[in-house]
Amino acid sequence: MRASSSFGLRAGLAAFALLLAVPASLAQQPLKVGIVTFLSGPAAGPFGVPARNAAELTAELLNAGTVPAPYSQKGFGGTPIELVIIDEAGGPQKQVAEYRNLVPRVDIVIGYISSGDCLAIAPVAEEQKKLTVLFDCGTPRIFEDASYKYVFRTGPTGTMDNVSVALYLVERNPNVKSIAGLNQNYAWGQDSWADFENAMKTLKPGIEVKTSQMPKLFAGQFGAEITTLLGSGAEVIHSSMWGGDLEGLVLQGAPRGLFEKHKVVLSAGEPAINRLGTRIPDGTILGARGPFGPFAPDTDLARWLKTTYQDRYHIPPNYASFKMTQAILGVKAAYEKAKGSSNEAPDQDKIIAAFENLTFEGPGGPVKMALGKGHQAIMDAAVGTTKVEAGELKIVDIARYSADKVNPPDGVKSEVWIKSGLKK
Amino acid sequence: MSSILPIAFDGITYASWLFLISAGLTLIYGVMRILNVAHGSLYALGAYAACSLAGAWLGGGLPAAGSFAMLLLAAVLVGSLVGPVIERGLLQWMYGKDEVVLVLITYAVFLIMEDVIKLVWGVDSLLLPEPYALPGNLQLGGLPYPVYNVLLIALALATGLALAWALYRTRQGKLLLAVIHDREMSMAMGINVSRVYLATFAVGATLAALGGAFTAPTIAVTPGIGVEVIVLAFAVVVIGGLGSLGGAALGALLVGLVRSATVRYWPEAELFSIYAVMALVLIARPKGLFAAQEARKI
Repeated sequence: MRASSSFGLRAGLAAFALLLAVPASLAQQPLKVGIVTFLSGPAAGPFGVPARNAAELTAELLNAGTVPAPYSQKGFGGTPIELVIIDEAGGPQKQVAEYRNLVPRVDIVIGYISSGDCLAIAPVAEEQKKLTVLFDCGTPRIFEDASYKYVFRTGPTGTMDNVSVALYLVERNPNVKSIAGLNQNYAWGQDSWADFENAMKTLKPGIEVKTSQMPKLFAGQFGAEITTLLGSGAEVIHSSMWGGDLEGLVLQGAPRGLFEKHKVVLSAGEPAINRLGTRIPDGTILGARGPFGPFAPDTDLARWLKTTYQDRYHIPPNYASFKMTQAILGVKAAYEKAKGSSNEAPDQDKIIAAFENLTFEGPGGPVKMALGKGHQAIMDAAVGTTKVEAGELKIVDIARYSADKVNPPDGVKSEVWIKSGLKK
Repeated sequence: MSSILPIAFDGITYASWLFLISAGLTLIYGVMRILNVAHGSLYALGAYAACSLAGAWLGGGLPAAGSFAMLLLAAVLVGSLVGPVIERGLLQWMYGKDEVVLVLITYAVFLIMEDVIKLVWGVDSLLLPEPYALPGNLQLGGLPYPVYNVLLIALALATGLALAWALYRTRQGKLLLAVIHDREMSMAMGINVSRVYLATFAVGATLAALGGAFTAPTIAVTPGIGVEVIVLAFAVVVIGGLGSLGGAALGALLVGLVRSATVRYWPEAELFSIYAVMALVLIARPKGLFAAQEARKI
């Protein structure tokens, strides 16, 4: 009797252990995706948190299989994805250390808003042999100054933004004679101004540059700069400012008539729409670093992102949100292309091979991995003008430029392409 | 001539803002020998509190002019509540330690307060543009300038004069000067140094918050604004001489005017100009323009 009872106990325990073990062996191991975006500091509000929100929403809806075609298959090729989110704040040196810590914990890394961080991370990604997808940073130097196997960027470069606003400006103001700039004094501001200035000189030879103001990043106060711009006599003022600096410029410039006296071009101004609304004066030319946010084409994917994001976060997705979702969908497209009809998960080299020169559909429209030997995306560009209608800020007179028209050919540096006449 | 007026007005406006922030920093250093890095967070806290209070005031449909009183109230609340909490809760246990240790402690407070601000107000920017736009513009040299800047200049002047009066013309001020001159001797003479420290820190914190509160309407209040300010304030205080109120005023004016002229004539060197002033002053006077002579103790 005792032996039988002991046997029963052991059998019961074995059955219980089996019950525990079976689901574990059957459960699919999720693909771990590292997400790096600003969760603190001045870039968190306009970019970092909207991007984080988009990542969480996209991952959740991909796993639920509710994203529109061609992304309706659950997760990546049927395998659920799990996000590991880390903060981009702290500067390139800290980010390199954070990246090295992240690499062993994840299968793929998607991230980086700051151009400085992207430039620092790309060679380390190569050294670590980890598929790393840059989603937002704008500097064209990543793939113009180097070549990478493991690094991709699914968002367009800053060159496209500034060439497209220059084209838009000249089409609408063909007699423009003078420009001035107000840009943040670091890589982004300097590169943006150089691209805009060179594009304007190409499109309107002999155009006069009245002044180029370069206040410190996050200075926040631009009293003396606005005075200089107001007194400069320039017809057009270009600014690639973002975040608090951009909002400060509008708050300080608008009451002083800066936007009435000059045609103001905000090449990366779109995220400010949600913050400033009707405080952005009528007639301001706005860009969104691509066809994102209010510039997105009317597709199922764009409508899906706008609706689900608005429902979840009660604010429209801005360009950072669009670009994060675009990066995740780009990796999914490459993963599923690499997997094909196989039941096996593709290895990293197969995903990379599938990603190179891939064309996929993003919430902002078609994305072609056409530059940097198939690692850098190009997209159509869109530019518009602000107008307050019925108490709401609208973007009107939207012009679209094909990707080929506003991006250099592969292998040609942006600066050389702009200076040589924007020719294909 | 046509450019002198704009340069002077922009320079004096910037100097007023710098003085409001630097005055508290130099006061705290002068009395307590603490280079208070948390001053930047108190500035940020003043700006955030101003957005909340004045925003609630305006949101309630109350007269817009009253929002100026809310800016003042925000500064006083931050200074009188948070200042004493930091001083009594932490700093009073650290007196007598090396100045470098105190810098590290206030840096820790700065980091903690940055996260507290993020927890309370989130990472999105806060906007309070009404007080800035309300008084309208005035014309100077053919260019429009916000009247708000004139108010800022007046506030800085009033603050500077009130501080000078309080320091040199009141009994409490003279007690404070005695503590600055010799802490041990002051204690021996029966001055309650602990209370002087508490009051000084609260006043210094209020000044930082005042700077933040009156800057809030001109900027987007975002995480990290305190970092930007503390570096500038240190530069001004070092130029003027650590612990000198007059030095802070002169340092602010010097930096403001040089920056304003640089923005006009050599914009690429804007950032460089501030630190060039500091370097030149320190070459000529290593302890700053108005550094107090230290009595040699035997």
